[in-house]
Amino acid sequence: MATLAPSPARPGRGRELALLLLALAISTYAYAQVGLAMEGRLPADFVRYSVGFAGLALVLHILLRVRAPYADPVILPTVVLLNGTGLAMIYRLQLRYQVSLPMFGSIASRQLLWTGVGIGAAALVIVLLRDHRTLRRFTFTAMLIGLAALVLPLAPGIGKAEGGSRIWIRLGSFSFQPAELSKILLAVFFAGYLVTRRDTLSLAGPKILRLQLPRLRDLGPILLAWLTSLGVLIFEKDLGTSLLFFGLFVAMLYVATDRPSWIALGLILFAVGVTAAHTAFSHVRSRFDIWLHPFSSEVYNRDPGGSGQLVKGLFGMANGGLFGTGWGRGRPDLTELAFSDFIVTSLGEELGLTGLFAILLCFAILIQRGMRTAVGVSDGFGKLLASGLAFSFALQVFTVVGGVTRLIPLTGLTVPFMAAGGSALVANWMIAALLLRISDGARRPAPATNEIDLAPILAAEAADAADAAKASAGDAP
Amino acid sequence: MNVQIRRVTALALVMILALFASATYTQFVKASALRQDPRNARTYYQSFNRDRGPIIVAGKAVASSKRVKDDFGYQRRYSKGPLYAPATGFFSVVFGMTGIEAAYDEVLQGTADSLFLSRIQDLVTGRQRHGGGVELTLDPDVQTTAWDALGDQRGAVIVLNATTGEILAMVSKPSFDPADLAGHDTAEVNKIYQKLLKNKHNPLWNRAISGNLYSPGSTFKLITAAAALESGDYTSESVLPAPVTLRLPGTEVDLGNMGDSQCSSVGEMTMIQALAISCNTAFANLGMELGEDALREQAAKFGFSQALSIPTYVTPSTLGEDMDEPQVAMSAIGQFDDRVTPLQMAMVAAAAVNEGVIMAPHLVRTLRNSDLSVVKTIDPVPFATAISPSTARQLRAMMVQVVTSGSGSRAAIPGVEVGGKTGTAEKTKGQPPDNWFVSFADDGDTRLAVAVVVEDGGKAGMSGTGGAVAAPIARAVMEAAMAK
Repeated sequence: MATLAPSPARPGRGRELALLLLALAISTYAYAQVGLAMEGRLPADFVRYSVGFAGLALVLHILLRVRAPYADPVILPTVVLLNGTGLAMIYRLQLRYQVSLPMFGSIASRQLLWTGVGIGAAALVIVLLRDHRTLRRFTFTAMLIGLAALVLPLAPGIGKAEGGSRIWIRLGSFSFQPAELSKILLAVFFAGYLVTRRDTLSLAGPKILRLQLPRLRDLGPILLAWLTSLGVLIFEKDLGTSLLFFGLFVAMLYVATDRPSWIALGLILFAVGVTAAHTAFSHVRSRFDIWLHPFSSEVYNRDPGGSGQLVKGLFGMANGGLFGTGWGRGRPDLTELAFSDFIVTSLGEELGLTGLFAILLCFAILIQRGMRTAVGVSDGFGKLLASGLAFSFALQVFTVVGGVTRLIPLTGLTVPFMAAGGSALVANWMIAALLLRISDGARRPAPATNEIDLAPILAAEAADAADAAKASAGDAP
Repeated sequence: MNVQIRRVTALALVMILALFASATYTQFVKASALRQDPRNARTYYQSFNRDRGPIIVAGKAVASSKRVKDDFGYQRRYSKGPLYAPATGFFSVVFGMTGIEAAYDEVLQGTADSLFLSRIQDLVTGRQRHGGGVELTLDPDVQTTAWDALGDQRGAVIVLNATTGEILAMVSKPSFDPADLAGHDTAEVNKIYQKLLKNKHNPLWNRAISGNLYSPGSTFKLITAAAALESGDYTSESVLPAPVTLRLPGTEVDLGNMGDSQCSSVGEMTMIQALAISCNTAFANLGMELGEDALREQAAKFGFSQALSIPTYVTPSTLGEDMDEPQVAMSAIGQFDDRVTPLQMAMVAAAAVNEGVIMAPHLVRTLRNSDLSVVKTIDPVPFATAISPSTARQLRAMMVQVVTSGSGSRAAIPGVEVGGKTGTAEKTKGQPPDNWFVSFADDGDTRLAVAVVVEDGGKAGMSGTGGAVAAPIARAVMEAAMAK
């Protein structure tokens, strides 16, 4: 009989603290550098900022010690570092805009506020969600709310268009991008739905050209997802979000079913969608023009829809070269939206290729940690959710950085944790909290005694069984 | 599901790797092409976003840069802009640079080789690059005196230290304020610049060394006299024919003297007397005797037709080409196609007072580091030996005669040896003449060479003469310079 020699459980909170202090030191140093380089003195609110930011991060750390002691020790410091670096860049741009573009004169203060809200939301997730499996109960609720939120900006009165995309809702003076929240809700839905249907999806159905195709009735939710993302593309003109949802769904589908046919099908559907959109919509066509011929004067000078912003971003990155101009010494503000969609070019300009590599590595680490959590966690729902959320980071970083460096067409997503924008920041912090919660479940050692609370596990297993029964009952002729 | 998760992880990492590649392509492979794209505003702004060094006169910055919060990062400022504009020139984000701003751009920017060590320092300390300083030779008292003495009249004043070639004053009127052109509002700057261009008196010209150049009038007789003395056939005491009128060969034109006066009751006079009263017929005749080649050769020895930079470019002074005899005669008295800069005429005076040697005129005394320590001193170097010491001695005596008992008496300064030559250059009939005074002063300690030109007779108008209008200005600046 094989003996499992469990490795001694190491919560890793000490390592987390050490890494966290390092991340805070780098962020604070960056913040100080911006003030010193641009104004010759420390930022006016330097003490308030550093104490506040460090305090928030440490509160979360302490909360993890109490509520999720086995959570992955690398996730929090990585996220704090990305958020802190983004804040420094936004502050750097704010200093500049206070002179040149007063309407953006308080972006950093707002981002700091949203960072607080985001960390607060993360804390709430960790406190309220004791076990990630609880979320499975809300599979279809999540779908309903998620889809509703997605189409909310189309509602007259509260929806508003900005920068060509109709992805905002406004309540009073308060604007929010509901798609960011949908990202989490739909990931929960996909995970819950797929963990139940994975067997029927992967086994039943006709085989065509060695591809195991799903049965038509199982296709329902997938078609719904495809239609929704297409709807987002058409009615909200948001290529990025559409791509994100569809990519997320296809990836999770593949993880659940191990059927490459799904990926093939997904890619075909997506290609059809994009081709149709390319034919039907001028704004999609112009995105392609910008991607392929950004330097042609005709495309560059086109207004609106010219490649000026993209090319200015490229100029900025070129200006940074290998080692960057240094904080406050470049001209990232010459690129439109240098603090949100184009924050990557701002960072590339002032921190150089080296700095950009470091940031991309941080994302690689974050994604790898999320995936590792997915591998480590025992329940299928947790695996799907964790891998889906981690992959959503990968998709976002890829589409944004790929977009501004002309690897792929520009889509209008933002870099998680770094770009200015409250909704995205809060949603991403909540995703980080979910990953932390799931990783706590994954890394928590099996109890040594029988005195464990089996209730949640039994409940989850019962739910699995019930779902399976329901699914197969539905499949019966 | 773990196998699939690992595959998705691998996919995600491949995606990140693709980003590494595309970022490298942008920031490394294509970087220099992107930097050179004409649409790249960063490259344009960067050329201005430097702590440009000061231009210094007597320990005070007359041009300096101040940090501002706009696209250009630094704002160029000028104190007493119009006074020093002929020297400093302007530094504009729209129209580029002129004057010392242009000539020593690399030093002021901090990119000059001479500032190499300072740049290494900046690199190590991480300090943003600071430009070096340029110290001018101008003396603020002399400059201001020249400015005030010229008053509202158009013209130019240049004062050289004849022993070193240092330019102590360089004034050109009307002037402009370089501060107006240093603004960052390009539309506004453009408006001001167009207005300056349209101004019929051309305030942007530095009349002392360039612009449209002047007809030298009788001051050119100095060069004719020098050519005669250098030929060895004449001394200052040689007797020259000096008729009331001189029939120019092959023409029906009779050349007379100013106010149709007679130079001499006996129809001839010594060269020294002829210069003192500026006798046209004597010098026109002398010019024809010497011939075009001798005149041209002597003029060239003084610097005519030669490139010169101080370090601002000086337009070469010229004589007419392929002259016939009457034209040579006219040229010998500073008419016909003679075109000169005031600086050129001051160099003639400098040769007379400095034993025939012209020291290279220069506007810059030292180049300085960003901490204003001296990195290079501009040493005096000879520009040319224009005339022999003996010619210089005689020319000098002749010029003294002009001041003591001739047309330049208003330039006399008690206790100082002052020599000069007046000039009243007629342009077209009915238009007031340009009034000249070219002079030197030697108090045994300092040797000065001065040229003053007042356009269109200045305040005196039609009745203006070099002796009446320009000589007092020369005296004022020489006194100011001697007071040191």
